[in-house]
Amino acid sequence: MEVFAQQLINGLTLGSIYGLIAIGYTMVFGIIGMINFAHGDVFMLSAFIALITFLILTTWLGISSIALALLIVLVVAMVLTALWGWSIERIAYRPLRGSFRLAPLISAIGVSIFLSNFVQVVQGARNKPTPPMMREVIVLWTGENGYAVALSYRQIVIMAVTAVLLAGFWYLVQRTPLGRAQRACEQDRKMAALLGIDVDRTISLTFVLGAGLAAVAGTMYLLYYGVVSFADGFVPGVKAFTAAVLGGIGSLPGAVLGGLIIGLVETFWSAYFSIEYKDVAAFSILAIVLIFMPSGILGRPEVEKV
Amino acid sequence: MGAPSPRLDDPVLTVDHVTMRFGGLVAVNDLTFRAGRGDITALIGPNGAGKTTVFNCITGFYKPTEGMMTLRHRDGAEFLLERLPGYAVNRRARVARTFQNIRLFTGMTVLENLLVAQHNPMMRASGYTLAGLVGLPAYRRAEKAAIDKAVEWLTRIHLIHRADDPAGDLPYGDQRRLEIARAMCTDPVLLCLDEPAAGLNPRESLALNDLLRAIRDDHDTSVLLIEHDMSVVMEISDHVVVLDYGTKIADGTPAEIQSDQSVIAAYLGVEDEEVETVEAEVGV
Amino acid sequence: MATPAPAPAIAAAPAAARPPLDVAGIVRDAALFALVTFGLCVPIIAFRTDLSETSALGLKPRWGLVAILCGLVFLGRLAQRAVVANRDARRALTPAPRQATEAVDATPNAGQRVSGLALPLFLGVAATFPLLAVLGTGGLGESRYWVDLGILILTYVMLGWGLNIVVGLAGLLDLGYVAFYAVGAYSYALLSTTLGWSFWVCLPLAGLFAGLWGMILGFPVLRLRGDYLAIVTLAFGEIIRLVLINWQDFSGGGAGISSIPRATFFGIPFTADEDGFAARLGLPFSPMHRVIFLYYLILALALVTNLVTLRLRRLPIGRAWEALREDEIACRSLGINTTNTKLTAFALGAMFGGFAGSFFAVRQGFVSPESFNFLESAIILAIVVLGGMGSQIGVAIAAVAMVGGPEMLRNLGFLSAVFGEGFDPNEYRLLLFGLAMVLMMIWRPRGLISERSPSLVLKERKRISGSFVKEGHG
Repeated sequence: MEVFAQQLINGLTLGSIYGLIAIGYTMVFGIIGMINFAHGDVFMLSAFIALITFLILTTWLGISSIALALLIVLVVAMVLTALWGWSIERIAYRPLRGSFRLAPLISAIGVSIFLSNFVQVVQGARNKPTPPMMREVIVLWTGENGYAVALSYRQIVIMAVTAVLLAGFWYLVQRTPLGRAQRACEQDRKMAALLGIDVDRTISLTFVLGAGLAAVAGTMYLLYYGVVSFADGFVPGVKAFTAAVLGGIGSLPGAVLGGLIIGLVETFWSAYFSIEYKDVAAFSILAIVLIFMPSGILGRPEVEKV
Repeated sequence: MGAPSPRLDDPVLTVDHVTMRFGGLVAVNDLTFRAGRGDITALIGPNGAGKTTVFNCITGFYKPTEGMMTLRHRDGAEFLLERLPGYAVNRRARVARTFQNIRLFTGMTVLENLLVAQHNPMMRASGYTLAGLVGLPAYRRAEKAAIDKAVEWLTRIHLIHRADDPAGDLPYGDQRRLEIARAMCTDPVLLCLDEPAAGLNPRESLALNDLLRAIRDDHDTSVLLIEHDMSVVMEISDHVVVLDYGTKIADGTPAEIQSDQSVIAAYLGVEDEEVETVEAEVGV
Repeated sequence: MATPAPAPAIAAAPAAARPPLDVAGIVRDAALFALVTFGLCVPIIAFRTDLSETSALGLKPRWGLVAILCGLVFLGRLAQRAVVANRDARRALTPAPRQATEAVDATPNAGQRVSGLALPLFLGVAATFPLLAVLGTGGLGESRYWVDLGILILTYVMLGWGLNIVVGLAGLLDLGYVAFYAVGAYSYALLSTTLGWSFWVCLPLAGLFAGLWGMILGFPVLRLRGDYLAIVTLAFGEIIRLVLINWQDFSGGGAGISSIPRATFFGIPFTADEDGFAARLGLPFSPMHRVIFLYYLILALALVTNLVTLRLRRLPIGRAWEALREDEIACRSLGINTTNTKLTAFALGAMFGGFAGSFFAVRQGFVSPESFNFLESAIILAIVVLGGMGSQIGVAIAAVAMVGGPEMLRNLGFLSAVFGEGFDPNEYRLLLFGLAMVLMMIWRPRGLISERSPSLVLKERKRISGSFVKEGHG
């Protein structure tokens, strides 16, 4: 029971990180129908940006309040990663819009290879640990066997930040002209253009938003694991994509829901079955979902047009 | 010609109480009709009446929610179309079709398009690829025969000079004819044409009429077609079935349909009793 | 587009003076580019994180590098804008006759000219390559590096040709092709180390196993379309790799399988003793004999792949693959069993991947899961797409460029004289590779050779412009 509760907490924390990345996949797929293969590496890059910003703030500027430092790190990482997202779209994807369908996918794979190796070249291949922070835990209860169910400050921060940012993001997409333009482009890009929506700008903004959320995920990932390496983009990226597909690609609540499910599956699988095969579990879910329910949990089924 | 048209006592296709629902929408509602062997049967109706859905059910792209569709060959073999897997509707029951938005293999040549249509007999001749791979003479003969058949059809539709051009490079009217020829290369018992005259100019439209009559008279192929162009429908069809909102509202010879009040009402979009007033207004 | 339209009169009209160069605008634009570059460089380039002795991360500022990069971007953009402005101005004055057709049909027929010559050239060079290498380097032993490189390139040519059946002909996007390469490699490794079977027995078996796996994995996924298929195949590829890593008893885990028997010359080993290849032929022993044999082995395997593919293209099955790529729904309406047709393409592609895999194992003498990661799949797919889907010679050219090109970086050691000690151009290999993938796609989204050659001809062979050819959605 205690183990279960603890894994539930851990799984939800991990899941909210996956959910944040998954939104980037789902939005981009929704609007231009492409799998942004580089998104996982953008996430990894953002974790590096967060790490360096954090080191600058704490060691050079001497900010001792972790909360303040984290807030600044979050903002800086979001802005700079968004700039990366914007630049990637401009350079690697926009020239290929409306072209051969495979071209953007290959280009995205190229960006993915570029980003991970770029980070390796400029930051080195070794794992980068952060100084320990927010190690305090709140013991929720202790079971009869002495197993304590604990909620760490880190986990509270991660879940709270995720919830707040998701709420803000939800408002942005549902209630503002920008969100409306985005949804219109998702439905029918040509028609949206005819109605005076700047489609290019909307797509750019989609990438900016996706990268921004990936930066939140990157910062939270760094906070949670306390270490990052240049190769950390691929597997979380694929898992987040699994989350997006599981939730129903194109559906924002679906992405978050999928993220939580993937996070839970992964932690429970590691706890109860085998830690070696946890990635196999994630990949298997991806394959099974795609084969048996390709429209996901909250997605719309696709009717074949003849 | 023998029996008077429509020859409903020897139907090639029998559609029995077919209903197709998409979620809450009833696209086809309890449709029953027969298409006579050797007839050109036209399926008409206003936009959104469910004609293409009926086609998609007959040709195996949709499974109808309810109902039964029977295809009968001349030798008495019967096929329940709704039970066949999609490709077998053509391969076994020998129903071929064209599409409203032409679906040619645009990157392949005109000739290749017609050879793809002869895939199944050629696969058998190539010993499911093995004999073809080593180049046995039997396969070479089969390939020659397939090319001859394609050439024959290309000559008939006046496209022989474009045999080596990509199909996507043909003008619209030629693409329509090529799609019909491609369907005919599968030796169909029933040929389903989805708006074959759409987008054709009057001259092309007349040529199409001749082609369809020739298909009916020279081959053992019955034709089922969806058409909006009433001049085509009245000119060539032996039997007309009218759909409105997924329901059959009339069924008969072209002459009968022309004078049917409910058909006129459906096309004008008014209630039956208002037809005369409207007709008076527009001066029919 | 049959006849080139005459130059439009409007374009010829403004024979007025050249518009003045908007210098301020160009400088502003270049400055904006530099500013964005600056934003991208901060802090990821500006600070290098390094572990100090106390195992805490230290920061090392590198503002000089950032300044250089921003400056380069500024100058580069400036130059680009100036050149473009200049060219536009000139074009406005003297419109080229092909200008009118250029915009509509953006697939130049450069490939047409290339492919006629390229095939014999490629075959000629490939057949004589070891000889050229020996002559070029001045000795059998010295040519080792080049022959090894040739083997590497040919392996990718073969993999590219194998995947081309799946992606290029049938239009099925497979991002897990490396899984079949792995199946082939492990088949040979396991069969030869446990049962002691020879390479020539294992080679067909490895191909069969890989083809079987292609069927097993293909069957459930082939009704998926496009990107979904790509992702599922990626997932399968990763699952196979992870299982190979974790299933110690079966595959030796992450350490892999070593001391796999080397290839023999149809039973005669390449050893220095008197039963060896060299002694029997009365040659002085050299380890290069085996390398050159391996070179011709992979060349033969690749050519077999090519010949089979070319032959299949002219058979009904090959035409059905291409038709499937063009329009799956139309295929079904013509009575083609699309599932079986896709499955044969998938299995056949997998089989050739398996052959290549067992070659890889016999060449390395060692296999480990790390050789079969996603990057390999991505490289092979990039080779196929870059070559121009379906074009055999395009794939070969792309393999030479994508595999051979980065390899050339190893020879740029002299650059460390420019960039200072510790500069290793090899580090930049994959970085440049990724960049090249992006640039190549922007430059030629349909690949080097986008035209399709018809599978049979009635009177006159015409090449089909890539703009008509569809890329498949499954």
